[in-house]
Amino acid sequence: MSTTVIPELPGQEIPAESRVNYLNASYGVKSWLLTTDHKRIALLYLGSITLMFFVGGFFAVLMRLHLIEPQGALVAPETYNKLFTMHGVIMVFFFLVPSIPATLGNFLVPMMIGARDLAFPRLNLLSWYIYVIGACFTLYAVISGGVDTGWTFYTPYSSTFSHTSVVPTALGVFITGFSSILTGLNFVVTIHKMRAPGLTWFRLPLFIWAMYATSIIFILGTPVIAITIFLLGLERLLHIGIFDPAIGGDPILFQHMFWFYSHPAVYIMILPGMGVMSELITCFSRKRIFGYTFVAFSSLAIAIISFLVWGHHMFVTGQSIYAGLIFSVLSFLVAIPSAVKVFNWTATLYKGSISYDAPMLYALGFIGLFTMGGLTGLFLASLATDVHLNGTYFIVAHFHYIMVGGAVMAYLGGIHFWWPKITGRMYPDGWARFAALVIFVGFNLTFFPQFVLGYLGMPRRYAVYPGEFQVLNVMSSAGASILGIGYLIPLIYLLWSIRYGPIAGPNPWGAKGLEWETPSPPPTENFEEIPLVTEDAYNYANVGGSRG
Amino acid sequence: MSAHVVAVKTYLGIFIALLVLTGLTTGAAFIDFGDLHTGIPLLRVIPLNTVVALAIAVVKMLLVILFFMHVKYSSGLTKIVVMAGFLFLAILVSFTLADELTRGWSPEAGAWNTALPTILPLLHGLF
Amino acid sequence: MADMAVHPAHPPGFKHQFEDMEQQRDADSLGMWVFLVTEVMFFGGLFATYIIYRALYLPAFETGSRLLNVKFGAVNTAVLIGSSLTMALAIHAAQAGKKKSEQVMYLVLTMILGAVFLFLKFAFEWRADYNEHLVPGFHFIIRPEWGAAGPHVPMFFCFYFFMTGLHALHMIIGFGILSTLTVMAHRGRFNSEYYAPLEVSGLYWHFVDIVWIFLFPLLYLIGGRFAMPGVH
Repeated sequence: MSTTVIPELPGQEIPAESRVNYLNASYGVKSWLLTTDHKRIALLYLGSITLMFFVGGFFAVLMRLHLIEPQGALVAPETYNKLFTMHGVIMVFFFLVPSIPATLGNFLVPMMIGARDLAFPRLNLLSWYIYVIGACFTLYAVISGGVDTGWTFYTPYSSTFSHTSVVPTALGVFITGFSSILTGLNFVVTIHKMRAPGLTWFRLPLFIWAMYATSIIFILGTPVIAITIFLLGLERLLHIGIFDPAIGGDPILFQHMFWFYSHPAVYIMILPGMGVMSELITCFSRKRIFGYTFVAFSSLAIAIISFLVWGHHMFVTGQSIYAGLIFSVLSFLVAIPSAVKVFNWTATLYKGSISYDAPMLYALGFIGLFTMGGLTGLFLASLATDVHLNGTYFIVAHFHYIMVGGAVMAYLGGIHFWWPKITGRMYPDGWARFAALVIFVGFNLTFFPQFVLGYLGMPRRYAVYPGEFQVLNVMSSAGASILGIGYLIPLIYLLWSIRYGPIAGPNPWGAKGLEWETPSPPPTENFEEIPLVTEDAYNYANVGGSRG
Repeated sequence: MSAHVVAVKTYLGIFIALLVLTGLTTGAAFIDFGDLHTGIPLLRVIPLNTVVALAIAVVKMLLVILFFMHVKYSSGLTKIVVMAGFLFLAILVSFTLADELTRGWSPEAGAWNTALPTILPLLHGLF
Repeated sequence: MADMAVHPAHPPGFKHQFEDMEQQRDADSLGMWVFLVTEVMFFGGLFATYIIYRALYLPAFETGSRLLNVKFGAVNTAVLIGSSLTMALAIHAAQAGKKKSEQVMYLVLTMILGAVFLFLKFAFEWRADYNEHLVPGFHFIIRPEWGAAGPHVPMFFCFYFFMTGLHALHMIIGFGILSTLTVMAHRGRFNSEYYAPLEVSGLYWHFVDIVWIFLFPLLYLIGGRFAMPGVH
């Protein structure tokens, strides 16, 4: 590691290029592929995750093009089944689950707690390689004919009857699961053991609480889906297995094991976004968070209660109604901590000094869209209404409001907010705000009609539909094309800004947090000296409205 | 990590205890302890052999965890981490069993499910 | 580097993302415990499905259980417990500053006992099961004396082979770890100041022992053996 010390005279700004930072500390492919620096690993993840996002998005584009016509405009029904399956598998397991934790989490967790790296840097690199290997298996499945079981792999179709590439896909998901487990393990140990002096639990940024809660879910939930997929694979390969009704196997048991992870998994997808939200809302209202303790504990509450509700995915598949009652009540309970967060963010905005930079636009979009998605979840938690709405586009709209309107917006907001810290460059603000608005409009045009379609009874995962639903489907497809363009715009200007964007100082937003007290981009070891923390998080009261 | 050094004697004692318990549980498998009849739904007949075998297994596990794995001398955080694992496993088992074992249940008429159907038509009349 | 001036020579094995050895030890230990929690959930998923199917198909599972060889199961349990003892003694040897030859001896003993376990399992139990047509998917024969429970007996054996197989896989991985540790111990890497890899690997090995402590009764012992006179 380079030890050049560049003397900084007062008043003289050293251009980023000549200061040694984690990006230029060493060159060459090997220095990136064998790095143990959490910041470089975060960028490795950023690249792979972005690639998977566009692959999954490509399948979505094909689906929406197909659905322009009631009889299907593009592909055969068997192919359509593969499209929605692969869209789901890739988006859930290879984009949403790792997105914020592996990119922003890896980059920021050590910096926010004043540490030099995560507890286990080599395990961190291994976790990226595991992700890539898993992604390769799944991409192989895609090009070798695809898989058509739905991302939920329900048995006995997936174990016995499907003639598609189930095993490679399942293997890809199984392998990538270990990537999440290692990331979660790393975060938990780092947050427990490596906080800077003076950084007590209740002085931590709420992003860290969110990462901690997410890591709990990674650790407790992912192994269960791993073993479930393992059993599914064995059943498919050996033609004997424990979900086979012929020897007394129960397909619903597969669903129990699958959803035991996959329900908490949706909280893996949203909790980090909620963590980002707390950072964005406070910075762009220049206010302390309202109800810090409530927001912190609500993250833990969400993580724990999320393990108690998985049966709400199984109300109509044959689960006993008594179990259904229990799961329904608990599902109402899990909405409470999420609502607590929304109230606290809104209260933070109140009488704040609000600025509408691109990250804030994404944050404001999140509040509205996540709330809509969350409230529509209550209709699904009610047994009686779920009977009508399950298996329809209402569900599709519900989870896309949370996953795309919530998680992806938060992800983009976070990427924009920390971009200057990560790259040392600012992106063009006008284009960023424009893209945020395009995404917001495109998103709502795509998914709001789907609530109506679902309520009217259009089933999901169908390649054809009755003619009277065509107008709404065409609206949704039009929205999807706008949304697609909206996602391409940041890809272009963010990449552009790496080379041509104006140089950003250490703290272009005037934000509070240890990560903003380092140069942009930070040096490899993060801090010259480990800081001593003496104040609470989001101590914005002292900042007089000007931005540094 | 505990800097506490456990005496070799302690390890040997735990080892002997574990062997004795293994012998006990193996022998107990050949004795019929019968069943315990309770009135609790889902637990109407408790096979005592199973209870004995699992109880002995739990004791053995505790000996290994507390002494061989040094949890007795470890921080509270370690203890919480250990308990968390078993707690969530218990959630997986119990909630899934709650479904599997109640599928055959049919609703019996009782206050909880006859009151509402009786009241609702009356409320309808009001509005 | 700035921190070099603040901290004089660090002990061997020190990793620079940490502030001091104590933080590193704490982190290593917590890391292994968190990993073991994931293993509890991993094996736990199998245990959960086993418990559920046992509740649903009790006669078939009892029949299957009685077909397992309790003698080998019990001996194997004792063997694994012995290997946990030798592992604990290996760590103790380093902790108490004993000679490296003593550390190596205990590590090698642990591996020998583990090998005995696997040998008994594969060469005796599994081979016998295969010869008696009790391996699902490999010419499993449903015997008439099983009666009405017959069709569900393969389910029991699915679990038997999945669970003991996964356990055996973990033991084999444990061998890899133990071999590495033996080489490191032989090179004198461990002493009363630095024995974290031993401690942490010990946790893993004890966990594998605990899994077997539950597998033995759940698979071998709760099949109502008292009902069948003269059974092995």
